[in-house]
Amino acid sequence: MLQDKVQEVFNEPGCAKNQAKSEKERKKGCTKALKPGAAAGGCAYDGAMIALQPIADVAHLVHGPIACLGNSWDNRGSKSSGPQTYRMGFTTDLSELDVIHGGEKKLFKAIKEIITQYDPPAVFVYLTCVPSMIGDDVEAVCKHASRKFGKPVIPINAPGFVGSKNLGNKLAGEALLEHVIGTEEPEVSTDTDVCIIGEYNLAGELWQIKPLFDEIGIRLLSCISGDARYHEVARAHRARLTMVVCSQALVNVGRKMEERWGIPYFEGSFYGVSDMSDTLRTMTRMLVERGAKKELIDRAEGVIAREESRVWRRLEPYRARFDGKRVLLFTGGVKSWSMVTALETAGLTIVGTSTKKSTKEDKERIKKAKGKEFHMWDDLKPRDIYKMLRDSEADIMLSGGRSQFISLKAKVPWLDINQERHHAYAGYDGIVALCEEIDKTLSSPIWRQVRLPAPWE
Amino acid sequence: MSHIQRFPTTAKACSVNPLKMSQPLGGALAFLGIDNCLPLFHGSQGCTAFGLVLLVRHFREAIPLQTTAMDQVATILGGYENLEEAIRNIDERMKPALIGVCTTGVTETKGEDMAGAYATFRQRNPKLDPLNLVFVNTPDFAGGFEDGFAAAVTGIVETLAQPVPLTVKGQVNILAGCHLTPGDVEELREIVESFGLNPIILPDLSLSMCGRQPTDFAPTSLGGTTIEQIKAMGASEITLAIGEHMRVAAAALELKTDVPTAFFDRLTGLEASDRFIRTLSEISGRPVPARLRRQRESLVDGMLDGHFFFSRKRIAVALEPDLLYAVTGFLNDMGADVVAAVSPTQAPVLEKIRARTVLVGDHSDVEALASGADLIVSNSHGRQGAARLGVPLHRMGLPMFDRLGAGLTVNVGYRGTRETLFAIGNRFLAAEMDHDAHGHDHTDGDEHHHQDGGCGGGSCGCSAG
Repeated sequence: MLQDKVQEVFNEPGCAKNQAKSEKERKKGCTKALKPGAAAGGCAYDGAMIALQPIADVAHLVHGPIACLGNSWDNRGSKSSGPQTYRMGFTTDLSELDVIHGGEKKLFKAIKEIITQYDPPAVFVYLTCVPSMIGDDVEAVCKHASRKFGKPVIPINAPGFVGSKNLGNKLAGEALLEHVIGTEEPEVSTDTDVCIIGEYNLAGELWQIKPLFDEIGIRLLSCISGDARYHEVARAHRARLTMVVCSQALVNVGRKMEERWGIPYFEGSFYGVSDMSDTLRTMTRMLVERGAKKELIDRAEGVIAREESRVWRRLEPYRARFDGKRVLLFTGGVKSWSMVTALETAGLTIVGTSTKKSTKEDKERIKKAKGKEFHMWDDLKPRDIYKMLRDSEADIMLSGGRSQFISLKAKVPWLDINQERHHAYAGYDGIVALCEEIDKTLSSPIWRQVRLPAPWE
Repeated sequence: MSHIQRFPTTAKACSVNPLKMSQPLGGALAFLGIDNCLPLFHGSQGCTAFGLVLLVRHFREAIPLQTTAMDQVATILGGYENLEEAIRNIDERMKPALIGVCTTGVTETKGEDMAGAYATFRQRNPKLDPLNLVFVNTPDFAGGFEDGFAAAVTGIVETLAQPVPLTVKGQVNILAGCHLTPGDVEELREIVESFGLNPIILPDLSLSMCGRQPTDFAPTSLGGTTIEQIKAMGASEITLAIGEHMRVAAAALELKTDVPTAFFDRLTGLEASDRFIRTLSEISGRPVPARLRRQRESLVDGMLDGHFFFSRKRIAVALEPDLLYAVTGFLNDMGADVVAAVSPTQAPVLEKIRARTVLVGDHSDVEALASGADLIVSNSHGRQGAARLGVPLHRMGLPMFDRLGAGLTVNVGYRGTRETLFAIGNRFLAAEMDHDAHGHDHTDGDEHHHQDGGCGGGSCGCSAG
């Protein structure tokens, strides 16, 4: 039952935020009740898509009316080094008659068409609100199709109205645990095999990290789900170690893999110099604890020393240019926060951040690091940010694409640090790339011009 | 939204790379052309988020759009409470002049009674009487973007337009379909005003979606048709309905206000523009302004210079029905061979389209039909298929997320037609010049047909000197 699954996910013991709550609070779930007329953000189906769509060779079929896919396909920046199937949009495009007669037959036919024409290693079927309401038994159809065509057809049960994007991430993770991970065996196993969870290879960020792994001798067995292939995900359970990125989203997968296959996991980040180094250190230390050769640690230290000295040298030119420049962060939790230290070392001053999506621990951490005078806003209205920027309380805003116009309309520089960004900011090279982008936009000649009064003013 | 006209639909159960977008999204766009308006989707929050992102990426503008945030329980027990709460919250926080409510797949599957909801809301909230509300039925599982846009415009007319006992000389209504970009609407206004006429454009995207620089941050649409203007539409001399999908709204307006209607199925092309200009001249009783006369001359000249590159070019077009008609019509006018016209939905206007194949389908159908074509005209979602085929893609319609100024291209009137002619013609010209430069050839066995250095026949445009 979907409800049980949702409850189970809400109870996630691996989630620090959940564990801080009372039992009663936990039951209510991690999603704040949405306020009609004042809500923003995606639904559970959206979240499930975000988590799984980067698996590049899979056909992602959306079972629902046109809105769910027609309005949203080909809009994410996840990169693939090979197959492009994941970028195609497949939907059953339910019509009035399907709503009346049920969409199961159409779904089955759609799966058949996809397998005949595109022959992907697996088909993922995303359930949306309308077929859930009319009672389509998607799991049964998938099972049947799977048997008939001899190919995995995986139901992803996360219709939009069960909750938020974050919940959808977790339900997608549950689907992988139930149907995919552990269903195949790798040809070769090594004692440095790792699995990364929650890295989507946006703008090719995974490729900024992978060469470092190769050099140290860490083998990336499976990434969920950036630049992934179906078979790699199915073999993830043979990893020696799991790293969970962007912790709140898919921590359930990491914890359950530990529970089922005894694979230890840690939460880490690729953003920012110190976080990146910490990640490499933790990863190699844990691998060695599990039996990998000790040299791994030395090689990691070598790479860290070299990359760190290189990155500080490369950030040096920005220090003078960034002196006195103030940054306003308007974004979620840990991910962006781990960039902050690096930005500060490059000479920028962070004047404040929104903490709407941050956990209590995040906030404590920020308070400790920044002192009491630092601004943290829980529920900042766009209008207030606009005013702050207009009154030049910051020189640049870093945020997601949706809030860009708050800054741009105030004629203040803005940089995308979220999902749809075009530049990769992970690892050591990433932080230099981020500073370069900030520098480019801060020093653009347009700012003076666009602020000039019109001839008639 | 079923039409009697039935064009072949692909027999597939699975839509691959959909061309279709949902009705509520079209409805939202129409509402965004009303000043100080907030479109509200009655559905789960994802319905809104997807639409919002699509419009943001296309227009590169902040898009006001809200949701009634239906969860499972509300969906089953009925969504009235969410709807009421949403409207009250929006009114309290943003004070819009109009809230435009579009239903979605979720609420339509449940069968929410919107007329009943409207009556109940008014009864329970007498304090909110000054707030204008338009409710439209836009189920995700029927029709598409254009139908939703049409439904919203019809809803606005039916709710807000009213009979006016007098007629204001020189005032004309324009019902602007969704095949017109904000840039097109701006062009129309300028043309109409150049005859000394005073247009009320519904909806007016040229005021809201044209790159505004607000003095304060507005959570609602900034600019567009005002409520007062809509109420004054009954005093106009005539309604100019642009696009086949504006017919229902025009009929509703005529029924309510007795203002007669003139239809224009398209405004891209010489003859199509001529008809429009002639009508304006007749309504205003004024001669055609010199600027437009010069523009016509220059369009005619452009057609003469450009026809070489269009003749018998095989072009596949996939766009929303009325835009599909306008573009294929123009391409036919130029002598091109429209090998395929693919529409996302059934629509009466498809009957008028001249193409080898007219099909209701998706981008994968375009890909199948456009093999060997010289050009594909479609939205940005056509890029994957075009790349696979190695056929250039000329972007039109919505969404166009990989080009700047998507909302401001002009394709109507003499000037707009000329712009379209040059934009498409230049692709063929460039391809031809490129071809020559690389020493390749079009025909087998006649390898050196350009070898004497003259691009004879003038078809390359380089023998002009």
